[in-house]
Amino acid sequence: MSASSAFNDEKGGSSSVGEPEYGHDPASGGIFSSDYKRHDDLKEMLDSNKDSLKLEAMKRIVAMIARGKNASDLFPAVVKNVACKNIEVKKLVYVYLVRYAEEQQDLALLSISTFQRGLKDPNQLIRASALRVLSSIRVTIIVPIMMLAIKEAASDMSPYVRKTAAHAIPKLYSLDPEQKDQLIEVIEKLLADKTTLVAGSVVMAFEEVCPERIDLIHKNYRKLCNLLIDVEEWGQVVIINMLTRYARTQFLNPNINESLLEEGGGGEKTFYGSDEDEDEDEEEKEKKAEVAAMAKRKPYVMDPDHRLLLRNTKPLLQSRNAAVVMAVAQLYFHLAPKAEVGVIAKALVRLLRSHSEVQYVVLQNVATMTIKRRGMFEPYLKSFYIRSTDPTQIKVLKLEVLTNLANETNISTILREFQTYIKSMDKDFVAATIQAIGRCATNIGEVRDTCLNGLVQLLSNRDELVVAESVVVIKKLLQMQPEKHSDIIKHMAKLTDNIQVPMARASILWLIGEYCEHVPKIAPDVLRKMAKSFTNEEDIVKLQIINLAAKLYLTNSKQTKLLTQYVLNLAKYDQNYDIRDRARFIRQLIVPTEKSGALSKYAKKLFLALKPAPVLESPFKDRDHFQLGSLSHLLNAKAGGYQELPDWPEAAPDPSVRNVEVPEWTKCSSREKRKEKKVEKPFYSDSEGESGPTESADSESDSASGSESGSGSEESGSGSESEESEEGSESEEEEEEEEEKDKKKKKKELKKPVPETESEQSSEEEDRKIKRKSKQRKSDSESESDEDEESESESSQSESEDSESEIEVKKKKKTAEMKPPSKPVKKETKKEKKEMSLLDLDDFEPAPSPQVTPVNTFLSNSLVTDLEGLSLSDSVLSPATIAPSSVLKNYELLHRITGEGLSVEYCFSRQPFSPDANMVAVQMQFTNSATSDTKNLHMEDVKLQSGMRVKEFPEIELLSAGETAMAVMGIDFCDSTQAANFQLCTHTRKFFVSIQPPVGELMRPIFLTENEFKKEQGQLMGMNEITEKLTLDAKCRNEHAIVQRVTTAANLSRVPCGSDKECRFAGRTVTSSSLVLVTVATKEEGAAQLTVNCEKMVIGTMLVKDILLALTQ
Amino acid sequence: MIHSLFLINHSGDIFLEKHWKSVISRSVCDYFFEVKEKAVDPENVPPVLQTPHHYLISIYRGKLFFLSVVQTEVPPLFVIEFLHRVADTFQDYFGECSEGVIKDNLVTVYELLEEMLDNGFPLATESNVLKEMIRPPNILRSVVNTLTGGSNVGDTLPTGQLSNVPWRRAGVKYTNNEAYFDVVEEIDAILDKSGTTVFAEIQGVVEACVRLTGMPDLTLSFMNPRLLDDMSFHPCVRFKRWESERVLSFIPPDGNFTLMTYHVSSQNLVAIPVYVKQNINFFETGSCGRLDITIGPKQNMGKTVEGLMVTIHMPKVVLSANLTATQGNYTYDLTTKVLVWDIGKLNPQKLPNLRGSLSMQAGAPKPEENPSLNIDLKIQQLAISGLKVSRLDMYGEKYKPFKGVKYLTKAGKFQVRT
Repeated sequence: MSASSAFNDEKGGSSSVGEPEYGHDPASGGIFSSDYKRHDDLKEMLDSNKDSLKLEAMKRIVAMIARGKNASDLFPAVVKNVACKNIEVKKLVYVYLVRYAEEQQDLALLSISTFQRGLKDPNQLIRASALRVLSSIRVTIIVPIMMLAIKEAASDMSPYVRKTAAHAIPKLYSLDPEQKDQLIEVIEKLLADKTTLVAGSVVMAFEEVCPERIDLIHKNYRKLCNLLIDVEEWGQVVIINMLTRYARTQFLNPNINESLLEEGGGGEKTFYGSDEDEDEDEEEKEKKAEVAAMAKRKPYVMDPDHRLLLRNTKPLLQSRNAAVVMAVAQLYFHLAPKAEVGVIAKALVRLLRSHSEVQYVVLQNVATMTIKRRGMFEPYLKSFYIRSTDPTQIKVLKLEVLTNLANETNISTILREFQTYIKSMDKDFVAATIQAIGRCATNIGEVRDTCLNGLVQLLSNRDELVVAESVVVIKKLLQMQPEKHSDIIKHMAKLTDNIQVPMARASILWLIGEYCEHVPKIAPDVLRKMAKSFTNEEDIVKLQIINLAAKLYLTNSKQTKLLTQYVLNLAKYDQNYDIRDRARFIRQLIVPTEKSGALSKYAKKLFLALKPAPVLESPFKDRDHFQLGSLSHLLNAKAGGYQELPDWPEAAPDPSVRNVEVPEWTKCSSREKRKEKKVEKPFYSDSEGESGPTESADSESDSASGSESGSGSEESGSGSESEESEEGSESEEEEEEEEEKDKKKKKKELKKPVPETESEQSSEEEDRKIKRKSKQRKSDSESESDEDEESESESSQSESEDSESEIEVKKKKKTAEMKPPSKPVKKETKKEKKEMSLLDLDDFEPAPSPQVTPVNTFLSNSLVTDLEGLSLSDSVLSPATIAPSSVLKNYELLHRITGEGLSVEYCFSRQPFSPDANMVAVQMQFTNSATSDTKNLHMEDVKLQSGMRVKEFPEIELLSAGETAMAVMGIDFCDSTQAANFQLCTHTRKFFVSIQPPVGELMRPIFLTENEFKKEQGQLMGMNEITEKLTLDAKCRNEHAIVQRVTTAANLSRVPCGSDKECRFAGRTVTSSSLVLVTVATKEEGAAQLTVNCEKMVIGTMLVKDILLALTQ
Repeated sequence: MIHSLFLINHSGDIFLEKHWKSVISRSVCDYFFEVKEKAVDPENVPPVLQTPHHYLISIYRGKLFFLSVVQTEVPPLFVIEFLHRVADTFQDYFGECSEGVIKDNLVTVYELLEEMLDNGFPLATESNVLKEMIRPPNILRSVVNTLTGGSNVGDTLPTGQLSNVPWRRAGVKYTNNEAYFDVVEEIDAILDKSGTTVFAEIQGVVEACVRLTGMPDLTLSFMNPRLLDDMSFHPCVRFKRWESERVLSFIPPDGNFTLMTYHVSSQNLVAIPVYVKQNINFFETGSCGRLDITIGPKQNMGKTVEGLMVTIHMPKVVLSANLTATQGNYTYDLTTKVLVWDIGKLNPQKLPNLRGSLSMQAGAPKPEENPSLNIDLKIQQLAISGLKVSRLDMYGEKYKPFKGVKYLTKAGKFQVRT
């Protein structure tokens, strides 16, 4: 054995041997196979200078470890190489170290300094790997070092290192639980981390170290919900499980009404109702009336955070990872309102197509679910049909599910299925099927007789197991209505001659004894036979024989007295303690003696009392008190470390604990936030509006269960959050942060007198923002949002000019209805711009000027409607204001010659297309240069790429010879330069034509301030940024010319800019509203640099080409 | 979470062990062996076992048991899914997941396991990330390594783990840029004796093989996405985009991967491509039986049915089969009692037929149940549900890739009850 294994070791690692005298020398492996010798040779290799030798040795050692062989005596030789330069050697040394450090603590300490050095390495990956190994070494003496390293890593710049720190926490905890308090501090810190990389790992650490500290989650709850979809799969599972528990402690039971109705506890209901009212009273004094009205109508209102969790986990049902799907399913099962739980059924059924192990676990959980929520899986009944190739354990579980799903309507199909299963060759499965039939029969009265008949037929089955199982089940069924079935009992009595399975024999005997009055002639005979074979029976059968004897003695003592005595005598000397005991007990009871106590009078009552029929229950009946999907649920026993799923609280704890305060966000958000946003943007979502913070803001608006509820502080908190998330251009970030703080300070000072209104305002601000966003997507007019924001920052920056603004506000008020917000593309002076922004400000933004409190409160009520009205009117009016200064370029659609006299030209009018804001307006000019009239000019047979849409121009009924007509059509190009093909039809002819837009026409101008521009640009870095160097055309070296050429090439608006070396332009794509930012920075001698930032990389690339062309020619 | 992993072969030898926390003696596996002994069939070993101090969670893949030891509460699916991911990784690295291959690459396997879990919690499971750290073996590299003393551990650090697209390795370069998609659909069906469908459904999967330079951003759209009822996606797919536009938008991992799996909505009737006429009889006396099976085409959309194969698990009493097949040939394995009739291409003019007699053990009672037939078939260039890819667009890179879509219909769990 040792020889061959040594040889294997040799082979396992000898793929890349440098020095044949060590590697392939038979002496080292084959002949001198003693362990000493071999290890000496490995030591020698480890001591050599050559990396290849070391590597070879390490490979052999690791192979030994992998096979479970002891290699601990090599420790000193290996640990020396911990600082080896070769990465692979180093890695293998780490592997070795982690494996044996626990056994060789003193020597392991030698390596520590290497890792400590690694922790300071500038490369994040080296820092992380050093921490990983250091924390994996289970040596108690280094606990303080580990603690220090973890603490340091927890505030590392790199999220990867922080992730490693999170991983290290449970390691240290298992090594020294004393460190718990300090570790909790680290966990708390890491929980606040906003990167997806860390989230999963830290929640894992939380679950292992301090699952009871649910309070640590409050502040991070919303963030975790929002990050969830981007966390890696394994982290998702852990987070979802933790959040399930969390939600159970923090929210009210969404099914409370139903469960109360079921119980009929009306009194309790009012209790809950009143309680809720109270809560709301405290929270939102101003909106009391509204909410109270709501509450009366509908006593249960789901907490918006509860809703947030349900909404954000739902997409994960589509995960490829079965564990994630299961986690979401259990979350829905435990937390969702009854009406919504159904969504998980489909996903769970999908998992049934996976590996059999997955099926096994899923079916167990489905079985539990079907007991409580049968309706959910009924549509998928057929997915649980059994194939002959399924493993038995799967078959049995499917059977369980089918049985649970059976009801009056589907029972006939299910029984037909069962019929085929009974013939299976797999006998264990057949036995399970028979039991399943029994359960169906007890649960559904209508089919009881049918089932019973079927089972009786099975009694003549050739397979004894089948018969035995049938007997057991029939016994249970007969107990329900014995009088009708005496012939079945007779039939079964006959079976005693043949059937050998003890359980079945026992069942028959019990049945005969119990109903001996129905079979008065047969019963004594059966007892006679049994008495004969008594000594050879199994224990359970013996017990039943005694029972039978006793019962017969009581009812028919004339015939059976002697037999009973005989049986009892046999039992008296039985080997089994229980049987002897039972015999003695029964003798005392039934055989009257002088000494017999009072009990024997009641013997008949004792033995022949009416026994309740057994309830055939699913083994999964009460399993749902374990969290589904857990190990404990599967085993139906509490596993170590299982966290009990708490019951719903009677009254919800204060929801405001989840509110995130302003200062916290300012402290940590800006930098990380931006980073995170930048990192995740492309995957998080395609449009900016859907990103995390906004979503959370969204949820808050949900909470408002109407317009605005929720506590003021909450709203203000998240308000600033979303504000900040939109901020943060890279270069200015620091400054801005400063500014931000200053601003806040100032604001605070200013607003001290009226703190209430302030928070209210900001909440409204936020609400509006949301509204705006959604509207922007829908109506997509001129994207007020940006302006809005600009005005906001603008105004707060210029606090000193507040008085001015106040005046402006008033002025504005007067002119509000008649005046469309004028937005000239070019703004010459700063002054003008400011004015404009202030104008806008009072259009939608009363908040930032706190002095005008009365106006604010007045405005706030109708703000939303105001806003809506404004933006609507805006979309109609704005075209005039934005009409480009440059001449529109005409394109030819149909030439005069091909069109047989009809020529068509089109241009992109750059006007919003009023019927549909997502369409680009195309203005067509029809000229009839033929001699005859053209009639019924219309379009037909539009061929488009997927997603594109066209709004046809109205039919031109008559175009007389020599005349010209105009028409406008709208095309939604879906932000692509794909052509729209269609036929232009006249009353006589059809012409194939196509319109292909230059990329510059796929956008519409928006107005941004310089700051906003920078912020947005900061968020569109990396792949979204394209930069080109160019030399400007000689004619176009002044600012004016550049602006002119760029705006001709693309439908963008100019962004004011402090420096005269730069021209900036901004726009949004028409369909998806993705930002398009263009910067032209001029340098000496016509050199210039063009930068385009756009989420849509294709658009960006094409736009660069076009602008380049425009500027260089 | 996962404490240790043992790899056990069919005959019950532990040939690899790995511990992520302190060492657990391999004697813990004895509990498993006990259950395995009882279960007879390895498929019937319960995946989760309880022992006095540990819980054993195992999977059975490629005739190997992956047995993990767990000490505390953990979602069992979490472990099972992870173990399958480990097996998938081996398959990906070495081409197959078998005892021999693992033994040959013991060190690589060990290194992989080291990277995949940290303290029992999954760390790097994406094959693209792993391949960056530990290069898969190939002949050329092992030759070069031998000559230069190089290694198969990547000397680059696993930057993929830091990226926002952790499933894609950085710096991908190809001279031939190509993206191929296979739409593979499986028909799961149960037909009863008379040929009527008891249950039928279509499962589909879109397998991708993408070898594209740089960071391409792909969009795959279907002609008729409404067919799809329930699907699961690779994490690279932008779910919101699918929700709103019903297109698959993703930055693909490098190499082979499963883009999505789907289920075709059950309202659509499933076309069953073949019909089976069968007649299996066992006689009460004379211990013999007759078998007569004919297969013909049904709804196959004008395509030829290929790779047709019928597998029958005979009752234990059937000793031998004396049959004649008009097409293809049959084998009867005496030990496993499995009759396999390999037909090949289905010719609609001349329907394949298998008939003859079965001889049974003398004196044994006739089996009560006729064995059911498992049918295997393939139809090239057809997705039976009618699903069609309409286009594939690439953004973010300038070159033109080769694109291709292949369709294939297979029989999944296709069973005819007799």
